[in-house]
Amino acid sequence: MTDILLPALGETVYMSLVSTFFAVLIGFALAIVLILTSKDGLRENLKVYSILDVVINTLRSFPFIILMIVLFPLTKFLIGKSIGTTAAIIPLTIGAAPFIARLIESALKEVDKGVVEAAKSFGASDFQIIFKVMLVEALPAIISAITLTLITVIGFSAMAGAVGGGGLGDVAIKYGYYRFQTDTMIYTVLILVALVQVCQSLGDYLYKITKK
Amino acid sequence: MISIKNLNKYYGDIKVLNNISINIQKGEIFAIVGHSGAGKSTLLRCINGLEDYKDGSLLVGEKEIKSLKKEELRVFRKNIGMIFQHFSLIQRKTVFDNVALPMELWGYSKEEITKKVKDLLSLVGLEHKLDSYPSELSGGQKQRVAIARALTLDPDVLLSDEATSALDPNTTTSILNLLKEINEKLNITIVIVTHEMEVVKQIAQKALLLEHGNIIGLDDTEELFLKPDEKMKEFLGENEVVPSNGVNVKLYFPKDNAYQSFITKMARELNMDFNIVWGKLEEINTHIVGNMVINIEDKNKNVVLDYIKQHDIVWEVL
Repeated sequence: MTDILLPALGETVYMSLVSTFFAVLIGFALAIVLILTSKDGLRENLKVYSILDVVINTLRSFPFIILMIVLFPLTKFLIGKSIGTTAAIIPLTIGAAPFIARLIESALKEVDKGVVEAAKSFGASDFQIIFKVMLVEALPAIISAITLTLITVIGFSAMAGAVGGGGLGDVAIKYGYYRFQTDTMIYTVLILVALVQVCQSLGDYLYKITKK
Repeated sequence: MISIKNLNKYYGDIKVLNNISINIQKGEIFAIVGHSGAGKSTLLRCINGLEDYKDGSLLVGEKEIKSLKKEELRVFRKNIGMIFQHFSLIQRKTVFDNVALPMELWGYSKEEITKKVKDLLSLVGLEHKLDSYPSELSGGQKQRVAIARALTLDPDVLLSDEATSALDPNTTTSILNLLKEINEKLNITIVIVTHEMEVVKQIAQKALLLEHGNIIGLDDTEELFLKPDEKMKEFLGENEVVPSNGVNVKLYFPKDNAYQSFITKMARELNMDFNIVWGKLEEINTHIVGNMVINIEDKNKNVVLDYIKQHDIVWEVL
């Protein structure tokens, strides 16, 4: 059983980490554009804001399994095939990016307006306000947001089996459900519980040491 | 130093500042006073361009603020420090790093920053708190850190937006003393926005009273308190309660003879008794000023008024 579970764990970790990483990069960029262009933002531009707003909401309303199928052409274009573990990373990233964009946006929104105003008062540029002030202040909240996203992506990755992505979720369905191997099912669930626990504890720890 | 002429500002259709004209001299401590919603913070923010204004002129030195471009405005703001009601410190940076931030952003060298930050933190009395975080400090200490931060770029002007409103009276006094010290030592012009009359009395040389965006008073602080006009009285919420019979005469004691025994001397020399029915003495900018209302009988009115007139005392019959 270990030779089934171990590679599956590897696939889950690989898919989740890589797609969370890219999702954070994209989400970050989106969040910064949202914050800049929002009402009373540093570069208020309600047109850009509302377009982005609609795009993010649309992507977030797709059920993940449908999103995977919709994104087949894009996946094929980007990595040459539309099935497999690496192929699953594309829809996972695109599914998670708008989610984390919203989380980081609200983390940045929570930064005390007075601090931003103070930064303006000593002549900080918009770029400096975002990177030297807002991100510094929002870091603990952003760490929480990344933790939450990573765990959500681990959950999503269970569906990656549908495109041949493998992973623990896939094992649970194939062996545990279709072949009635209840013990395999239980083990995969236990491993997932442990994985989520570890991620959450690590996230909590990082939050604690960054929060002053 | 700061010269404002016929300045108007609107929020949508609502006029929040109506035809404001003031001059603030270099080295002066100038107070903008008013109830909340009077437009005082808005006016203050026009000085460093955090708010724009529609028409009129606002010159700081030679510069017309509304005609500065974004980059020019950034550079201009180096010259204007600002402190806030809720201190606006970065919670995740130490005291040292908070104070160092403006210099870091403007690309000063490490040595310059370290020296300046340490000097300023000893000026505000927090040299032992370099590595503390804001959450470990009291309100007064946080405001001291904010003051140090506002001074890092050697500004000519310091703007204070309700900087003592979140502090208790003793801490308020200590912060005001610090501001006074900075004003004297560094010859920095200070513009203070406050709704607390005590602040004005303790520190300001001149004060502007705002109500609904209109100027209702603009004078030396002592004059404003010594001889408040109707609007000022209303603003201060004080009205004399005086007897309805006889004549009530209000005497104003300017700062130099507030201690002089004018009333008792008058009683002795005219051989007459008075009722003192209202009075107030206050310390303003370390001077004692005040006024007093005496009640006299109708038949004595002329004698008393003649006597007062001979003695160079400001008075009025209520």
